[in-house]
Amino acid sequence: MKSHIWRPLYVVLGIVVLILVARQFLVPRSFGMHERGYMYGWYREANVEEWKKYPMSYRSEEYCKDCHNDKYTMIMQTPHAIIQCENCHGPAKEHPSDPPKLEINRTREQCLRCHFPLPYPSSGRANIRGIDPEKHNPGIECAMCHNPHKPTLEGMK
Amino acid sequence: MITRRDFILNTVKGVAGLALPLTAFEILSPNKLLAAKGDSSKVRWAFLVDTFKCVGCGFCVKACKLENGVPLDANVTRTWVERYVLVKDGRVFADNPKGALNGFTTSKIDLGVGNFHDIKKEDIEKAFFVPKLCNHCENPPCVQVCPVGATYQTPDGVVLVDRTWCIGCGYCIMACPYGVRFFHPVYKVADKCTFCYHRITKGLKTACVQACPFGARMIGNIRDPNDPISKIIRTERVGVLKDEYGTRPQVYYRGITREVI
Repeated sequence: MKSHIWRPLYVVLGIVVLILVARQFLVPRSFGMHERGYMYGWYREANVEEWKKYPMSYRSEEYCKDCHNDKYTMIMQTPHAIIQCENCHGPAKEHPSDPPKLEINRTREQCLRCHFPLPYPSSGRANIRGIDPEKHNPGIECAMCHNPHKPTLEGMK
Repeated sequence: MITRRDFILNTVKGVAGLALPLTAFEILSPNKLLAAKGDSSKVRWAFLVDTFKCVGCGFCVKACKLENGVPLDANVTRTWVERYVLVKDGRVFADNPKGALNGFTTSKIDLGVGNFHDIKKEDIEKAFFVPKLCNHCENPPCVQVCPVGATYQTPDGVVLVDRTWCIGCGYCIMACPYGVRFFHPVYKVADKCTFCYHRITKGLKTACVQACPFGARMIGNIRDPNDPISKIIRTERVGVLKDEYGTRPQVYYRGITREVI
């Protein structure tokens, strides 16, 4: 048979071989169809390990309590014991090496997250004591008078 | 004319043919079926939200964003808290300003585009907060639509996104009936709640569960009969969101009503 018929076929075959070879290099070994079959099963298995290695920022009060034992024991006697240190002090990460100092959130808005009164039935919010931020000493930080680690009246500054 | 040989042969065939459907359609109990499925995984992560306990402080949203590198000021979040206020005349108001990153510090409902609606205390019939996050569905529609296999379900039931593989087409964002996926403004890929996979696989709680002062959020292994959350899901009245979609969501809610969507 004449070569002008075969030539395009060789080109097509060449492209197919090229794609198959490129695929060998580009598709990672762990990519494939896993437990859930065609509909849900395609993924790169190595990515699961990559997500496990994601760095952690929040360390919980267990991380704080040994060095800052005075503050920890103080707050544990109060209703504020349920609040994690890092909710106001920010994520500890590798403190004290990185960051050496944590930035404390002392804003009125921080306290109002819970202490703005919302009388919502069937929500725990209705049981928390609140203040009207427009009438109760507007403009100054709550921590000027109230000790967040000892919010009772005898803890008042 | 039928011979004796044919008659016996046909009888045997007929009986065997009748017996076949009976064995094929044996009624299996769901428990037996579940055991027979031979699921190798002993862990299936599930989440429980107690809407009675949630006060809408939004510490969970802030902790999630800082833990998982979602910019605080960007209008996207992996978890958020919705406020529902049901008024006596039957109207339902719902809002979640900035995903409740800074909690709810006003009684005015954010109607959007700068409009607010204040509701008098006497008019409120029911009002509560509902935290939302990825449901890590057993049948995740987002995984089904991904054209490149970048989003997937781990053997322990968590739906993750492969950031090196995602092309950012946004099909999954459209496919999710719960609207939990978004386009990450920094990595330029689809992003979503991972159940803090880096934390739960080390035996820790997720950042949101840890930050919640009121115990409104819980995470656990639903396959472990002694796990606190699997106990609650088995013995108490819990619901899921948009059950009718058949996605089998694995975030369970205590105390939601039909107004919650």
